[in-house]
Amino acid sequence: MTMVTVRPEEQEAAAAATPEYEKAASRAASRRGLLLALPAYAYLVLFFAVPLGIVMIYSFATRNRFGGTDLSGWNLEAYRKLGDPIVRDILFRSLWLAILTTLICLVVSYPFAYFMATRGPVVRNVMLIFVMIPFWTNFLVRNYAWRVLLGNDGLFTNISEAIGLGERELLFTTSAVMIGLVYGSLPFMVLPLYASIERIDLSLIEASRDLYASGFQTLRRILFPLSMPGVIAGSILVFVPSLGAYVTPEILGGAKTTLLGSYIVTQFLTARNWPVGASLSFVLMAVMLVATVVYFRTGGRNL
Amino acid sequence: MSSTVQPRGATKIALSVHSWLVYIFFFAPIFVLIVFSFSDGRNVGRWGGFTLEWYQGFFDHNQIQSAVWVSIRVALLSTVISVVLGTLAALALERFKFRGRQVFDALLYLPIIIPDVTMAVMMLLFFSEFFELLDAWFNLDWQKGFGSITISHIAFNISFVSVVVRARLAGMSEVLEEAALDLYATRWKTFRYVTFPQIMPGVAAGALLALTESLDDVVVTQFAAGPGATTLPVFVFGLIRRGVTPLVNATSVLMLTASVFLVALSLAFQQFSGRGGRSLLRGGREAVSTPNNQMKKEIYQ
Repeated sequence: MTMVTVRPEEQEAAAAATPEYEKAASRAASRRGLLLALPAYAYLVLFFAVPLGIVMIYSFATRNRFGGTDLSGWNLEAYRKLGDPIVRDILFRSLWLAILTTLICLVVSYPFAYFMATRGPVVRNVMLIFVMIPFWTNFLVRNYAWRVLLGNDGLFTNISEAIGLGERELLFTTSAVMIGLVYGSLPFMVLPLYASIERIDLSLIEASRDLYASGFQTLRRILFPLSMPGVIAGSILVFVPSLGAYVTPEILGGAKTTLLGSYIVTQFLTARNWPVGASLSFVLMAVMLVATVVYFRTGGRNL
Repeated sequence: MSSTVQPRGATKIALSVHSWLVYIFFFAPIFVLIVFSFSDGRNVGRWGGFTLEWYQGFFDHNQIQSAVWVSIRVALLSTVISVVLGTLAALALERFKFRGRQVFDALLYLPIIIPDVTMAVMMLLFFSEFFELLDAWFNLDWQKGFGSITISHIAFNISFVSVVVRARLAGMSEVLEEAALDLYATRWKTFRYVTFPQIMPGVAAGALLALTESLDDVVVTQFAAGPGATTLPVFVFGLIRRGVTPLVNATSVLMLTASVFLVALSLAFQQFSGRGGRSLLRGGREAVSTPNNQMKKEIYQ
């Protein structure tokens, strides 16, 4: 290090000049950043934030006798309707189905993800690609495939008749919807689980076994707690879309067991009760926001 | 990896059988669908001999053909616009601090995580109000159709593109850009010759993701579409609700082929951009897409 002697007046000038210069530079950078962000910002405000605001306004509005909506005189009538037995049943049914779907995905995916994580690198990558292929294909088509399989004279029915189980009609039942939901969301459970199990130092499992823990004890006390971030992330990624699912229940479900997504759509297209539809959309979004906060808090982002 | 860690014996067999069953679950429906799209006869559960009749039907069906074109046009236009806007947004958020940055950041995430149905409802109400205003103020009689579908697709695609591009930018050091600026390159030249070539794989992956999202979307499009125009998935969705037909089988297989082709393209692109074997998976992950599951993009960051 060399000492540089600076005259006092120069020092003063430098001290005065630097903040001014830096302030200007940071103002310029801020302007540039805003300028770059502006087109997307403006677009999202106009075509996303404004529509969201409109939905909010509608959720406080009243349906008039002609199936239209009166925007004057805001009230909570549409939210009060959520306590209505019909709506409550639909809410609980959707909630129950989403929880069940999540649990089934977890139980099916966990051993699978563990097996994948303990393979060599080549096998592991091949397995991963084959999980992703169905994941990439068109969502509508995947649901339709189950309709073909479960249908009236579909393969499933033919097989069950051939084995002697009798004619078993699965299509248009809640079970069919659940199969469709599990099928659609399984990869979203497998991938985060795999990512978190792969990260675990597997010698801990070895240590646990060396210390005479049984396989189950090792799973319960070591492996599962360590893979918790993956479990939480996967559960949220499966649960939230299942709760608001619309396409799967429409294709595989029946008319008797309406779910939240379809009910909202019906409110807009046929029942023409827009305020109730808007308030339910808002409830759905609130659930999603809470889940997202949990997801980020538990470090889902770092997976 | 030491051999004691790997499952052995009965555990290994059970796990391996389980994995095969999961794969059968994954692929059996797709396989059955493909096979029966070539089956003659109206019965979709029994093999009726080989035919290409249904594929011929796909190309002869006027409404399907016009829906295909609407889909392609919407996908291309919304991708181009959202790639430009999304990349700019990603640059702004990763490289600059500005007023309103946090609000913008949150706003940019919302379209990805919002449930499809909620977004669909938003578009329905927005366009009905918007067109009413246009009619009242300017006496313009506009209807939902190509324009409203494209606008709604751009609204969610900007977010998908910016997430992917941001992931790329975040992993990139600013040193090269600073060096270029120090060597008297203008900001534009720095972007053109230093930043852009480096984020190119991210931009391409974002574009393919946007293209796939746009081609796959059913729910939002259904609410943004009008008598003017419908996309292929919305049209097919309508057909499915009326029942299973061999024509829908053939159409589904073609849609399947298109999405697999897009993914293969994305993987090939990632390979050519020269990041070796690992990038193959990462590229695939970036291009991963299905419409009903939206938060998932988060895991790939």
